[in-house]
Amino acid sequence: MIEYGLQNLDALLLVICGVSALVAAVLMLVLRHPMQVAMALISTMVFLGAIYGLVGVHFIAAFQVLIYVSAVMVFMVYVIMLLDVRDPSFKRRFSTLLAPGLIGGVLLLAVLAYAFWRGLHAPVNLAGSFGLQQFSIAFLNEYWLHFELTSVLLVAAVVAALAVIKGTRKHDG
Amino acid sequence: MDKVQFLLLVAVALFAVGLAGVIIRRNLLVMLMCMELMMNGVNLSLVTFAQQTGTAAGAVLVFLIFVVAAAEIAIAIPIVLLLVRRKHTLEADAFGDLKG
Repeated sequence: MIEYGLQNLDALLLVICGVSALVAAVLMLVLRHPMQVAMALISTMVFLGAIYGLVGVHFIAAFQVLIYVSAVMVFMVYVIMLLDVRDPSFKRRFSTLLAPGLIGGVLLLAVLAYAFWRGLHAPVNLAGSFGLQQFSIAFLNEYWLHFELTSVLLVAAVVAALAVIKGTRKHDG
Repeated sequence: MDKVQFLLLVAVALFAVGLAGVIIRRNLLVMLMCMELMMNGVNLSLVTFAQQTGTAAGAVLVFLIFVVAAAEIAIAIPIVLLLVRRKHTLEADAFGDLKG
């Protein structure tokens, strides 16, 4: 009885987190100031982290909060604070493509949701979560080359950021 | 509706909302954040599929996407700052001369 209740609580929390993430995502479309949009995005990411925790991949939930929310979004918020608050793009929110964009978004959502719906008509259960140990073994045995390649990508990103800054300095002076 | 269907529906909706945001908003930083939202939707679908099949491949891909997202932001933010310094606005319409 208690186990059944706990399972129900799990599903309820999942639904609450999913709906909250969606509401925060829709808020990103209508909020005016980039800082408010950043806060909505941060709450979406935190709710997604909660979903990852609820479905059993705790380490991805931790990385979602550590990397996305703390590193990436703190960087974004910092840049928003650096910029001028009297920008005209803060006053008029939407571009001239408002109607086609919305129609395209709704159509994409309908097509993708229909495809998923048709592909998953039979109830599918989660096939038991895998732990950190299984993930680490697969990660370092099979995917070590990909991991090393991402480090090359990071070095390229650092060099590119430096080149962007250096290039403009030369241009200015 | 079971868990997998619900999570996939949320992932699809996040992707569609992010794409609509990239198209309809005019602020460059907001467009960038909507791209992040699209990436989060893809991440959610990858995690769901990984859990559904019980293999670690999807989780590894999510891990690598985190790294790529960090690199993307590290490049995109200096570019946005440079564009702002040149035109003194964040409005996407101001950069129409980049069309070529």
